[in-house]
Parts: sequence; structure tokens; C-alpha cells
Amino acid sequence: MENSPFVDFQDVWLAYNDELLAQQQFAVEAIDLQVQEGEFIAIVGPSGCGKSTFMKLATGLRMPSRGTVHIGGQPVTGPLKISGMAFQAPSLLPWRTTLDNVLLPLEIVEPYRSQFKQRREEYAERARSLLRKVGLGGYEDKFPWQLSGGMQQRASICRALIHEPRMLLLDEPFGALDAFTREDLWCILRDLWAEQRFNVILVTHDLRESTFLADTVYVMSKGPGRIVVKMDIDLPRPRDLELTYTKEFTDIVHELRGHIGAFRNEGLGVAK
Amino acid sequence: MKSRALEKWSPWLLLFAVIAFWQGVCSLFNVSEFIFPSPLRIWEQLIEFKGTIAAHAWRTYWVTMAGFGIAIVVGVLLGFLIGSSRLAYSAIYPLMTAFNALPKAALVPILVVWFGIGIGPAILTAFLISFFPIMVNIATGLATLEPELEDVLRVLGAKRWDVLIKVGLPRSMPYFFGSLKVAITLAFVGTTVSEMTAANEGIGYLLISAGSAMKMGLAFAGLVVVGVMAMLMYELFSYIERNTTAWAHRGSQGV
Repeated sequence: MENSPFVDFQDVWLAYNDELLAQQQFAVEAIDLQVQEGEFIAIVGPSGCGKSTFMKLATGLRMPSRGTVHIGGQPVTGPLKISGMAFQAPSLLPWRTTLDNVLLPLEIVEPYRSQFKQRREEYAERARSLLRKVGLGGYEDKFPWQLSGGMQQRASICRALIHEPRMLLLDEPFGALDAFTREDLWCILRDLWAEQRFNVILVTHDLRESTFLADTVYVMSKGPGRIVVKMDIDLPRPRDLELTYTKEFTDIVHELRGHIGAFRNEGLGVAK
Repeated sequence: MKSRALEKWSPWLLLFAVIAFWQGVCSLFNVSEFIFPSPLRIWEQLIEFKGTIAAHAWRTYWVTMAGFGIAIVVGVLLGFLIGSSRLAYSAIYPLMTAFNALPKAALVPILVVWFGIGIGPAILTAFLISFFPIMVNIATGLATLEPELEDVLRVLGAKRWDVLIKVGLPRSMPYFFGSLKVAITLAFVGTTVSEMTAANEGIGYLLISAGSAMKMGLAFAGLVVVGVMAMLMYELFSYIERNTTAWAHRGSQGV
């Protein structure tokens, strides 16, 4: 069992509804992918290539039209409850303080839900320590609209991690932030992952981000949404931001860029 | 700071200017008080008949509040239903829109046949005219939930009900209070219109009987009282709104 993959996609196809299925219009096609326990993977590709669809499949929000998805050895039949999600928009609730926003998943997911009232103090302390780790100590009682965009995104990541999920799904989480804030958050995510070793599936269109953070980068093509390249990133860990300015690093980014450029040009060629 | 103070007092200044202008026109052209009474005359009548007016006003007030109370309950329940279920939305919404287009005053004679003269038709008219905006606003608040947020919760195994209670309802509170402000003024319209034809008490009845007795000053005094009551209730809900859903008004309130 040690070597069986944690996430296992076998020839997965998804059409969003029966009509599209009848027309053979798939959002993603023939996805074959195996992720080991604790692995950090990134999926890159142009917008509209089915990256978000992939996330929905991996969380059980969507069932594949063909093929199977296994997570943790079990076939996926519905929302998994072992995953946390964060998106480009922090989508915090404006009537809750930062602390209460982070606690929200514990009010919903079992086994925390049934104990929430009795053990609220303990959970709040856990949320506080998580917030401190991402540099939000002292902002627990502020409302989201009193925080900057980067701080909101940090809180949103805390919300995704509070129930100690085995899998963290991030859909372009840093897309709306400025370059400096983004790099800060890369490091925060790197450290959280190094400490807790959950699985991460990071969807992004930032090639530097994927190279810096991930163990494995998958490149997806657009229409049809297929995985065209799998690339292992063999850079040593722990990785430092300085690494992103080395030749090794930029070579990898260039190679990824080359793959995306190749099928984009192909696509254009066909269109002409 | 000066413009702040001006902004605060501006409604009173405007009111005062309108009254002064009105009084000026009436005095200058010596307008007959049977046609168009001056503010001074209305004030005199208001003082002279204060007991009668107060009794009628009280009646109108509680009848309106009763109708409005039913409107809140029904509006919230229906809004919750059509906002949380797409099937209910597509089934109910067109019918409700058609119903809302009916002039409610036209229903009063029918309500009289069913419930007789008195509070029945007045309460129902106030209710029928005011539940629609409440329903629409609750439904809008629930239906316009961000899909990402819903995914965040559904991944955790949240049921539709959890999402509605934790996110949908608090999120629609600003819409709800906004709609109460509109609905309360409509409820007063409903009650007054109904009382004009189907009651022996209330400001609506007072308007009709004062009009037929050519007591124009008294009729106008009645109108002023309804206006003041509606405005006070509007301010009350606006105050509650500011103090319960401040997070939704942070820009305009200068927090």
C-alpha cells in the first residue's frame, strides 16, 4: 500500500452535462495522473484549459463522465471532506471577523461540528496560532474589509487549512496580488507545506510560481483539455527565493514556456 | 465640517423652505382654504382636532403594523423558498410578478365582500402591497451567492441547508432591511387606501369624511400625520439597518 498513489486519475473524461456529452464536447479529456502522498503538484496552462474542472474532479464536486478517480485508495463518490480549497478571490464573509472566518469550516465538517460549542476556545486557539504562522497575529478581530488583499488571501488559506485537510486545492490563489506579496505568500505556503506535508494541487498560470513550489508540474493544453507534459522539478529543498534567479530555475521555466508556446502555436495553425 | 452640518440639516431646511413658500403663496394670493389650505390653517386644524386625529392615526398605525408584520413573515418565507430552490423560483416568480402588477386598491371591494367593513380589508391590503419587495430582496440575497464560496463549503460536506444558514441568510440581511424601508411606506399606502372605502375608522376614513364635509384643513392634517408616521418608521428601520449590518455599508458610512 505504501507505493499506491494518493490521488489516482485513470483515463478521466468530463462533459459538464448530457447535452455536451452527446456532442462529445469534453472539458477535460483522457486525464491520467498519479500523485504520491504528500506530493506538491502544480497544473499550469492557458486560461480556459480545464484547470478548474480538474480541481472539481479532485474534490469530488464533479463526477467524471468516463474513467475513475481514486483518492486515498477509495473511489470518489462525492465531496471528500478531507480537502480544503482557496480561490483567487478570498471570498471571506464580511460579517465575520478574521478569526470567525477561519473557524467556519469547523462549524461544518465532522467531527469538529458536533463538538464546536464545547471546544470553541480550543479551536479558536488553533485558528489563532495558524493565523500567527501566516503573519496575521493581531488581526484576529479585524473584519475582512479592514485587511489588505494579501492579508485576506492569507486568511483564506488559513480557512482552507484549519480542519487539517489531507489535500489542499488552490485555484490561482495569488493571481490577484502584487509581485512582492505573491512571493511572500509563496514562502508562507512552502513553510506550511514543509511542516504539515499535506497534498497540494496548485492551479496557476504563473510558471515561476509552479516551478518554485511544486515537486511535479503538469502542463495542460486548451480545447481539448488534456495533460500534455509532466515535468519533475528536481530542485533541492528547502528552496529559497534566491533560487528563482538562478539559471537552473529559469531553464526549467523556459522549458515549460516552450511547451505551452508549442501547442498554442499549433492551435493557431489549425485555426488558420 | 461645515458641509457635513449642512448635509445633516438639509432635509429640515428644505421642509422649512417648502412650508414658507406654500404659506407665502396662500397668503399672497389669498387662496380659499376650501381649495388649498395654508400650512398655518392645517396646523390650527391639527391642534383643534388633535384627539380625533390621534385616535384615527393610532388605528391606522396598528392596522398597518399588523399587515406589515404578516408581510415580513410571508415575504421572508416565500423569499427563502424561491431564493433557495431554482424550481420554486421558476414556478413562483412569474405568478408573483403578475400579482404584484395588480393595483391593490382594486382588491379592496373584493376583500370587503369577504371580510366586511373594518380592519380585515385594511390589514390585508397593507400586507398584499408590502410583502413583494421583502420577498424579492430575500430571494435576491440568497440567489446571488458566490459560487466559489459555495464550493469551499460543499467540499467540506456542507449541505444546501448549511450554506443557506451560514452564508445565505446573513448575506441577505442588508437586502432585507433595505426592503423593510420600502415596504413600510407601501404598507401605510395600503392601509390608507383601504380605509378610504372600507372602514369607519382610521386616517383613510378621516380623509374621506373631512373631504365630503369640505374640511380641507383637516384632510390635509390627516395626510401630514400619515406622512410623518411613515417617515418615522422608515427612520427606525434605517437605524436598525445601520446598527445590525454595518459591514455592508462601510463605504457610505465612513467607518
